[in-house]
Amino acid sequence: MTTSSHSNYLNHSKGLWSWLSTLDHKRIGLMYLFTTLTFFLVGGIFALLIRLELFTPGQTIMDPNTYNRMFTYHGAIMVFLVIIPAIPGALGNFIMPIMLGAKDVAFPRLNLASYWIYVAGAVFATSALFLKGADTGWTFYTPYSIRTNSTVILVLTGAFIAGFSSILTGLNFIVTIHKLRAPGQSWSRLPLFVWALYATSIVQVLATPVLAITLLLLMMERLLGIGIFDPKLGGDPVLFQHFFWFYSHPAVYIMALPGFGIISEVIPVFSRKPIFGYKAIAYSSFGIALIAFIVWGHHMYVSGQSELANFVFSLLTMAVAVPTGIKVFSWVATMYRGQVRFEAPMLYALGFLELFTVGGLTGVFLATLAVDVHLTATYFVVAHFHYVMVGGTIMALLAGLHYWFPKMSGRMYPEKPAAIAFWFILVGFNVTFFPQFILGAQGMPRRYWGYLPEFTLLNQISTFGSWLLAVGFVYIAIYLWKAMRNGPVATANPWSGLTLEWQTSSPPPHDNFANTPVVTQWPYEYRVEKA
Amino acid sequence: MFFKEAHAAEMLVAGSEIAHSWDLLWNFLVWLSVFFFILVVGGMVYLAITYRAGSKHKPKYITGNHALEALWTAIPTILLLIIFAWGYALYGKMIHAPSDAMEVRVVAKQWLFQFQYPDTGRTTINEVYVPVNKPVKLVMSSEDVLHSFFIPNFRVKSDIVPGMYTSVWFEANVPGKHQVYCTEYCGTSHSQMMAQVIALSPEDFEAWKAGKKFDSVPRAGQTLAEAQAEAAKIALKQSAPMSLADQGKALTEAKGCIACHSADGSVKVGPSYKGLFGHEVELADGSKVTADENYLRESIENPNAKIVKGFQPVMPTFKGLITETELNAILAYIKSVK
Amino acid sequence: MSNSHADNSHGHGHHPALAHHFNNMEDQFEAAKFGMWLFLVTEVLMFGGLFIGYIVFRGLYPEMFAEAHKVLSVPMGALNTIVLITSSLTMLLGVTSAQRGERTKSVRFLWVTILLAACFLVVKYFEYSHKFHEGLLPGALFHNEHITHPKAPLFFSLYFMMTGLHGFHVVVGMCLIFWIIRRSKRNEFSPEFYTPVELVGFYWHFVDLVWIYLFPLMYLVP
Ligand code: HEA
Ligand code: HEA
Ligand code: HEC
Ligand code: CUA
Ligand SMILES: [Cu+2]
Repeated sequence: MTTSSHSNYLNHSKGLWSWLSTLDHKRIGLMYLFTTLTFFLVGGIFALLIRLELFTPGQTIMDPNTYNRMFTYHGAIMVFLVIIPAIPGALGNFIMPIMLGAKDVAFPRLNLASYWIYVAGAVFATSALFLKGADTGWTFYTPYSIRTNSTVILVLTGAFIAGFSSILTGLNFIVTIHKLRAPGQSWSRLPLFVWALYATSIVQVLATPVLAITLLLLMMERLLGIGIFDPKLGGDPVLFQHFFWFYSHPAVYIMALPGFGIISEVIPVFSRKPIFGYKAIAYSSFGIALIAFIVWGHHMYVSGQSELANFVFSLLTMAVAVPTGIKVFSWVATMYRGQVRFEAPMLYALGFLELFTVGGLTGVFLATLAVDVHLTATYFVVAHFHYVMVGGTIMALLAGLHYWFPKMSGRMYPEKPAAIAFWFILVGFNVTFFPQFILGAQGMPRRYWGYLPEFTLLNQISTFGSWLLAVGFVYIAIYLWKAMRNGPVATANPWSGLTLEWQTSSPPPHDNFANTPVVTQWPYEYRVEKA
Repeated sequence: MFFKEAHAAEMLVAGSEIAHSWDLLWNFLVWLSVFFFILVVGGMVYLAITYRAGSKHKPKYITGNHALEALWTAIPTILLLIIFAWGYALYGKMIHAPSDAMEVRVVAKQWLFQFQYPDTGRTTINEVYVPVNKPVKLVMSSEDVLHSFFIPNFRVKSDIVPGMYTSVWFEANVPGKHQVYCTEYCGTSHSQMMAQVIALSPEDFEAWKAGKKFDSVPRAGQTLAEAQAEAAKIALKQSAPMSLADQGKALTEAKGCIACHSADGSVKVGPSYKGLFGHEVELADGSKVTADENYLRESIENPNAKIVKGFQPVMPTFKGLITETELNAILAYIKSVK
Repeated sequence: MSNSHADNSHGHGHHPALAHHFNNMEDQFEAAKFGMWLFLVTEVLMFGGLFIGYIVFRGLYPEMFAEAHKVLSVPMGALNTIVLITSSLTMLLGVTSAQRGERTKSVRFLWVTILLAACFLVVKYFEYSHKFHEGLLPGALFHNEHITHPKAPLFFSLYFMMTGLHGFHVVVGMCLIFWIIRRSKRNEFSPEFYTPVELVGFYWHFVDLVWIYLFPLMYLVP
């Protein structure tokens, strides 16, 4: 993988076992990266099949039962196995301790355990694929999830186990950030990526246990018929929704916040300007994390919950848009009077800004009570969450992946193919998902295997877009793979960044730093340079 | 060309007063979003290009600006409060039915909607007849799993939850057929669980109550000319007066049979009609029967009497929901599927 | 941020239990303690889900709770409460002894703690088998004629989920205590390093605390 002569974490020890049993946060990060990207490919293939089926109003390539399994796998894999672990598990694990100036995370063994717990969860969840599948949607709403004769229980077990991985990663990160900062690395000098991961970790630690108990109850519901969520036995299906969203709404910020962190790193580096409003960006993450816990009911406006609950949840949901807006405006303002360069990380960061803004603004439509009554459970919602998750988080992941690629692999990726892939993804994304806003507003429901003929054209445009997207992603995979093997050797600090990971060699040595670094300045101290 | 087709695809109609109010709020949100989109993305493109590396602008060390930050905290806060209040006010109107609303009971089950009219005691499937300009309240319950009742033209929707009653209400002011979807995932045929609200003029509604049939009501929002053109198109395709079998085919679509039965041999929830008539059917208990007319009739009116091998006893009974003449048409259709 | 001991790590005071990424034993101990507290927070939230379920259903059907709880044996529950509180005390003594370096004493207290935990489980076993016998089971499995309220099975769903999850924690706790006994016998702990003992102690007190809430909620419904 690397030929550089100095001793680094990649050539520190050899053999497959030295990887699988490693306690080095960098290697664990890479293992997360490869595993999550593999599942991204799997989830993406399901997505392409979904889109292909929707190319015509009736049956195109599969029957309804198969289709229902497709979107369940697609959603569950993308959420539980890709987007929640991807940024913290891969980039967070690799970069965050180095940014702090630490040698490792606080509990390296626990870190390795988290990875293997995640793999175990993934094995359980995907084993359902080879049995009777699961056809509940990623939301597992009762009582359907109790009645269906598909193998839901395996997916539930998988998500349950993967949840513990998420909890332990969060716990590990919080302790690391508190206890392992290098001399001089004060709170007010922490890079914003670290701040974002910190806020994320809090949400992971506080929300995920509730998912665990919810899934456990649902498993018992199927195994023993305990009846808590089953109306036939006196239980309450709406209670299940409350439990589920109490986790899953905060979870959308587990998905979003780490991406915000990456953008906060990339934009100043490529603008040669200090980040605009450092404190506001750092604190707004906590504002978002806090509010995230009290808005879950916005997924349930038409579920039969009380009018008062709807009133409160709608009002609180509006509040989330304020701290998010602060971040968005600050990122844009950072470029003012800078010297903006357009290497791939910056392109993806700008792409993120475009797509996330659309996703966020349409989130406000959904937060508005009366408006959501019409839009909920239509393709408008599907478009909203793909704009924030794919257009937001996946774009941020790509920004981070390119940004730290030289650090992780010790090699440079090629700029031109990266730009081409970027345009494929940006255009392909909008072509795929923008029509879905119109479809949703026109009333096309989600989780529909077939649709009325008047929706055909827009669906075909969307399917066409998904092919452009696929080309973009596959192209990235190809050139990154090639670059990893024989790209030009990277210097320690190719982007002239100020955070600590750029102050050590590429790839970093086993212990991260030859000598414990001492931090003497703010990481965004980009003084005016000669033009 | 694209726009023309997109316009043809435009099937959403504002079919009630509330739908018009909803559209107003929607338009407000769309324009507000366009404004913020231009502000953010336009600003981003402008700044990125203006201050690109190598441009003649002098870079400057800036770490923030409190006035600006206060501004972009305060303005969105105010706007969001306005949006919230507007949304909540309209929502209040959407969920509180006037006390004089006509009530119809709805029972949802996998995968059809059944409507019961308290005053006449009539029952219909997947079609609910209502008068225009009169508030109608649907009180809904479910026999099995979650479903949801969504009428895009009226911008209303509510989940249907087993074990409790939920409701939607509307006052149609556009006559014609209004599409209804099930929008809570409910299993295999979720995407075929659809219905129609058929809004009739008060006189027609009275006539319907008295037993008159309204088979080809145009879609809401279509002009008479459009409806006739569409009807002509269909007539052209069929190019013959509707045979009994064709009527039966239309009925199996309207009554929701299509959610579970196909005519092409593919197995959905229930067996396909293909090659059914006159052939031997193996039952769950291992015995065999020949699918004659009486068997088909029994299968529809009392489906659990004989369960086909390999299937679950989930088909609801249609006794009393299908008239004798309709049954004849359906049987003719099933016989015709060879 | 304490970096005052930064150069200790290479000095002669290097403790064998000190990991390479910590500066000194105190930092490492603090980090471990902090991690354990966070873990206990997640446990609180996990049980919290069940408590919320309890509150919801008790709010909906108070008369049912009043009727169904009567079949639970208050003496047995009370006995178990005393057993667990005592075990918390012996655990505490075990930890302080370990902290003072009194190894044999510490091990003895830990054994007593395990014994008390076992007592708890034995009592629970008798309670459970009585319920099984009477058909006082969760949800669909419920078959008892004496309790008339139609929603009563829900009470037993909650009862078995909550006490079951708690019982599982007791078993895990016993394994953990056994594990620190083994390590203690291998002389791995000292007044400088007894982190695992202290953390298992935290965990055990938490398990007891959950029971302190479960007992009145389940057995003593007014
Ligand atoms: C990365 C994940 C992510 C993120 C960040 C968000 C962000 C937001 N989401 Fe989204 N959401 C999902 C993932 C996410 N969502 C998913 C997965 C679902 C569906 C789950 C399912 O059912 O399967 C969903 C569904 C969903 C619903 C339920 C819809 C329904 O089912 O009926 C609602 C309703 O309120 C909602 C609202 C919001 C809001 C208000 C935000 C806000 O945080 C957005 C804030 C951002 C902005 C507003 C843009 C920037 C701000 C400005 C430029 C300032 C000025 C703006 C104004 C004055 C308006 N989301
Ligand atoms: C992170 C989350 C995530 C991501 C990334 C995606 C990605 C995509 N999604 Fe998905 N989607 C969900 C989360 C996500 N989705 C969820 C939660 C649901 C709801 C499920 C439910 O209702 O229960 C859903 C539902 C959903 C539907 C609605 C189905 C229905 O309601 O009936 C559709 C339809 O178009 C769709 C399409 C797509 C498409 C075309 C992509 C494309 O963007 C995919 C493109 C990706 C690829 C083609 C893979 C290429 C990858 C590689 C080559 C690997 C290597 C990569 C690198 C090195 C970068 N998705
Ligand atoms: C909820 C799903 C569902 C709906 C709706 C439904 N059916 Fe069925 N039907 C089934 C199933 C499942 C079976 C097989 C089990 C059985 O025999 O009951 C079946 C069996 C039958 C049979 C016997 C077929 C055979 O192969 O022997 C006939 C005839 C039939 N249905 C007609 C109809 C008609 C006509 C309608 C609509 C008016 C209808 N069904 C609606 C599920 C459904
Ligand atoms: Cu009924 Cu979906
Ligand atoms: Cu949400």
